[in-house]
Amino acid sequence: MLDPRTLGLVGGVLLLLGAATIVVHVLRSRSDSGLDTAIIETFRLRVHAWWMLFSVLAAAFMIGQTATVVLFGLISFWALREFITLTPTRPGDHRALFWVFFLFTPLQFVLVGMQMYGLYSIVIPVYGFLFVSARIAMAGDYKRFLERTAKIQAGLLICVYCLSHAPALLTLDLPVDGWGPKARLLFFFVLIVQLSDALQYAWAQIPSKHVIIPAISPTRTWEGLLGGTASVTLIGAVLWWATPFQGSHWWMAAVMSLVIALMGFAGGITLSAIKRDRGVKDYGTLVEGHGGVLDRIDSICFAAPVFFHFTRFWLLW
Amino acid sequence: MDINFTRDFLALLARFLSGASVRWIDSQPDTCQRVYFANHTSHLDAIVLWSALPQRVRTLTRPVGAKDYWTAGRVRRYMADRLFNALLIDRTEIKVHRSPVDLMIRAIGDRYSLIVFPEGSRSGGQEIGEFKSGLYYLCKRRPDLEMIPVHIDNMNRILPRGEVLPVPLLTCISFGPPIWLEAGEPKIHFLERARQAVRRLKEI
Repeated sequence: MLDPRTLGLVGGVLLLLGAATIVVHVLRSRSDSGLDTAIIETFRLRVHAWWMLFSVLAAAFMIGQTATVVLFGLISFWALREFITLTPTRPGDHRALFWVFFLFTPLQFVLVGMQMYGLYSIVIPVYGFLFVSARIAMAGDYKRFLERTAKIQAGLLICVYCLSHAPALLTLDLPVDGWGPKARLLFFFVLIVQLSDALQYAWAQIPSKHVIIPAISPTRTWEGLLGGTASVTLIGAVLWWATPFQGSHWWMAAVMSLVIALMGFAGGITLSAIKRDRGVKDYGTLVEGHGGVLDRIDSICFAAPVFFHFTRFWLLW
Repeated sequence: MDINFTRDFLALLARFLSGASVRWIDSQPDTCQRVYFANHTSHLDAIVLWSALPQRVRTLTRPVGAKDYWTAGRVRRYMADRLFNALLIDRTEIKVHRSPVDLMIRAIGDRYSLIVFPEGSRSGGQEIGEFKSGLYYLCKRRPDLEMIPVHIDNMNRILPRGEVLPVPLLTCISFGPPIWLEAGEPKIHFLERARQAVRRLKEI
């Protein structure tokens, strides 16, 4: 079972979501609110996705560590499906892809669950790379060879390797014992990533000409990035009690939140660049009705390994 | 086990495994008698298309398949006979008065719809192959049937020709508006129009 502190954090977030749902409901029923309907609709979809994410995460926490690792494994698997579906592959890649989906993806999460840090931190970057290249070569199709191996490897690294560092947070040796603090660390991480996404979007609503990378994302402005990052750093500092960076280390929670916000931004623009190249708006347009899982987790993928290594280093230090 | 339950379960499983998104473009699901004609790139096409139909339509829809494939092995025979209620056509032996079109018309009566793959066999590449004339004769004999073009995307990547193990990519199944055989329309013209109707769905 979960301790009061964890219940407080998870319950608080679910309460906030409840409030957000009511706000959306009220805004939609009142046409004279003066707000752009497109923004309300975006917000409604966001709130819906958060309900999914946080309630499933809370349920997995109730069951335990294995369930949480399995949950992230399934999210990885689905994100990789979206990634490879949008990536042109050739028939010669078929057998390599089979093993990517049914061997490397599950294996990564099994190793995370077994806490084998030495293995799960190299199995995809090294052995996955060697296997994919050799298997494609064996299939005998050499057209665009480097490009094809790079695409599959990028999919594996972003959707599987990077994301697996989020549940890997549960395997760190924290100064305080028990399941609660571990669950809280992961929850804090996911919460800060999501808040940073939302706050960067909210701050970017300020009319501005300072678009950061117009060719890739016309909606991301310097105001959005700076405002969002600053607010999320503050929120992280306020939530210091939820993290293992307790005691005199409240500023660590702030620094970690800052890092998460910046990496989340990096993930967002990287996946946007891939989408631009493929000529789609989001991964959800192809998979209508499912919503794009990859659209929702791009910032988590990029922030997870960095947050994991920072935390690990802080614990060893 | 209840056969209807098994059917619904299989349909749900196929939907989940293929990650299929289903689009009805200027078209609506209906229990009226129809012929769904689709491009054919994989053995799983029939299952995926069948599972994309709403339950009440699905129970009235019979896929047309090749006898040699669907009677090889007990699992396939069970699926074809009991689950899909498939109409199996013997490709090796075609007799007078028992031509595939005769069989189809007899099998649907005034109740069932059909799923056909007018390319005949699975096409290898990206392009949709020429349609066989069966579709034309079916239309000519039963002009009241609604011909619904269906495009199945990505199945050639999920389970290409000659592969046994699938790669779990996401499919997209698009149903288009019905077409009919026009009065005096030549066979070649109609077949090409039908083929273009399927192809057009890919681009939307």
